[in-house]
Amino acid sequence: MENSKKLFLEEKANSIRKNIINLVYKAGSGHPGGSLSIADIITYLYFEELNVNPKNPQNPERDRFVLSKGHCAPALYSALMEKEFFAKTNIEDFRQVNGILQGHPDMKHIPGVDMTTGSLGQGLSASVGMAIAGKLDNKNYRVYCVLGDGEIEEGQIWEAAMSASHYKLDNLCAIVDNNNLQIDGEIGKVMSPYPIDKKFESFGFNVIQIDGHNFDEIEEALENSKKCKGKPTVIIAKTIKGKGISYMEDKAEWHGKAPNEEQYNIAIQELEGK
Amino acid sequence: MNKDVKIATRASFGEALKELGDENENIVVLDADLSGATKTSSFAKAHPDRFFDMGIAESNMMAVASGMASCGKIPFAASFAVFSTGRAYDQLRASIAYPNQNVKVVGTHYGLTVGEDGATHQMLEDISLVRGLPNFTIFAPSDDISSKWAVKEAAKIKGPVYLRFCRLATPVIYDENQKFELGKGICFGDGKDATVFATGDMVCKALEAKEILEKENINIRVVDFHTIKPIDKELILKCAKETDKLISIEDHSVYGGLGDMISDVLISEYPKKLIKMGVRDEFGKSGKAEEVLKAYGLTAEKIVENIR
Repeated sequence: MENSKKLFLEEKANSIRKNIINLVYKAGSGHPGGSLSIADIITYLYFEELNVNPKNPQNPERDRFVLSKGHCAPALYSALMEKEFFAKTNIEDFRQVNGILQGHPDMKHIPGVDMTTGSLGQGLSASVGMAIAGKLDNKNYRVYCVLGDGEIEEGQIWEAAMSASHYKLDNLCAIVDNNNLQIDGEIGKVMSPYPIDKKFESFGFNVIQIDGHNFDEIEEALENSKKCKGKPTVIIAKTIKGKGISYMEDKAEWHGKAPNEEQYNIAIQELEGK
Repeated sequence: MNKDVKIATRASFGEALKELGDENENIVVLDADLSGATKTSSFAKAHPDRFFDMGIAESNMMAVASGMASCGKIPFAASFAVFSTGRAYDQLRASIAYPNQNVKVVGTHYGLTVGEDGATHQMLEDISLVRGLPNFTIFAPSDDISSKWAVKEAAKIKGPVYLRFCRLATPVIYDENQKFELGKGICFGDGKDATVFATGDMVCKALEAKEILEKENINIRVVDFHTIKPIDKELILKCAKETDKLISIEDHSVYGGLGDMISDVLISEYPKKLIKMGVRDEFGKSGKAEEVLKAYGLTAEKIVENIR
């Protein structure tokens, strides 16, 4: 990847991280940990990969993005704001009774949100439906779905995986945010979904493992997924929960709480120092 | 009512669905390994490219349907009522009702009339589950003609619909020219002695009771609620004002079903006693459909007893 491109992506990811912190801090609640772990992936998707246009968010030809781990809405909303699907002034409305930015993604009221999510385990199925519809209509769009590594403990994920490979959905790319933590602790200790790669492999997926904070690897994996024919792809992205904020990194306690004023200031300083 | 011609409403559904598929390219059908029983097989045969067997995985099926609907398809997702509403309840709630997706959820084999398969398969809570979900319209048609209408009508609604169809063959009640209207019940007779509010396969039981009572000079009316949600409030109040006794009957639990919906209307606008016939806080059991109905008191004779 060219340096200028990488710099651009790093800047965007940094802005998205700032938006995430602002959203969660102003709301006084929300999910910063997992939002920060997918910030780089979301940045790459929205600024390099997805064929989406804020001026025509319902374009039937557009690529679809489903945030199956819907609690990480701050990451999605941040990217949509950076892409100008809606104004940054909406930050004030996040989780507020008169705002459009619901606690979890709401496709009916938020421009650019392709699927309502929040109840874990359902987004991959919805993505399968979108991918089947694309094949039926001979459309070229692709469907991207971000899953949590804890989320894949839900049985429905594996029902969806089975159907994705049964219907040979090579227009579907799932991305597992493997930050290794869920609310109650390490995923391996709470209810291990490991080995994630072998599970998806046996379900008929093209499996790619990457560092989810490395833009070169993200790019290469997405390119590879487009070349793979006849089966769906899963990218297992090794990430760090809370990535970018020193005191949040790799800490399960930052799954679903907002920083206080002091913590907020430190977070913004750390991001602005970059 | 023609007692000699009996058709299971699931068969009427299958036929109407196939026709709908002929007319509209956007109709897609999903089933969970039960296409022979739910009768989606006729659509599958006519439109194999638009039929998706999702295997025994109803939760996935419902959310897949949601994804398809978001891309402009009109999915009909069918299974037995116990699975399409019970197993996949959270998918109906979070992926269909909340985002107001244009998905038609179909539950065949509702109620005691499932018969021999017994309690695990006799869904008695599907109306109560689905009526609590905002955005859903619910159809529970009583015969072949009204079922075919409901299927076509469901496709016209832009939003989630639940349709429940019976396993058991039941008499054809209407003739082909009958007009139906969404949310408007159909009233048989204008008797003043009692009203029997009925839905689904219980409508023919109520009509039988009406005939028996007529011979005794007791004149009742029967209301067929082919649409359960929205409920026909006006007709409920009209009947409550014009008739002496009120009875509701459903092949469903008395908790949260038709009877409760009617009593909600009565209690807030025209308080009056309502006798609720249905299954009372218990599970069904195996047996021949008519025998099981008898064991739970869902017969024309019991309606007659309640009115005499």
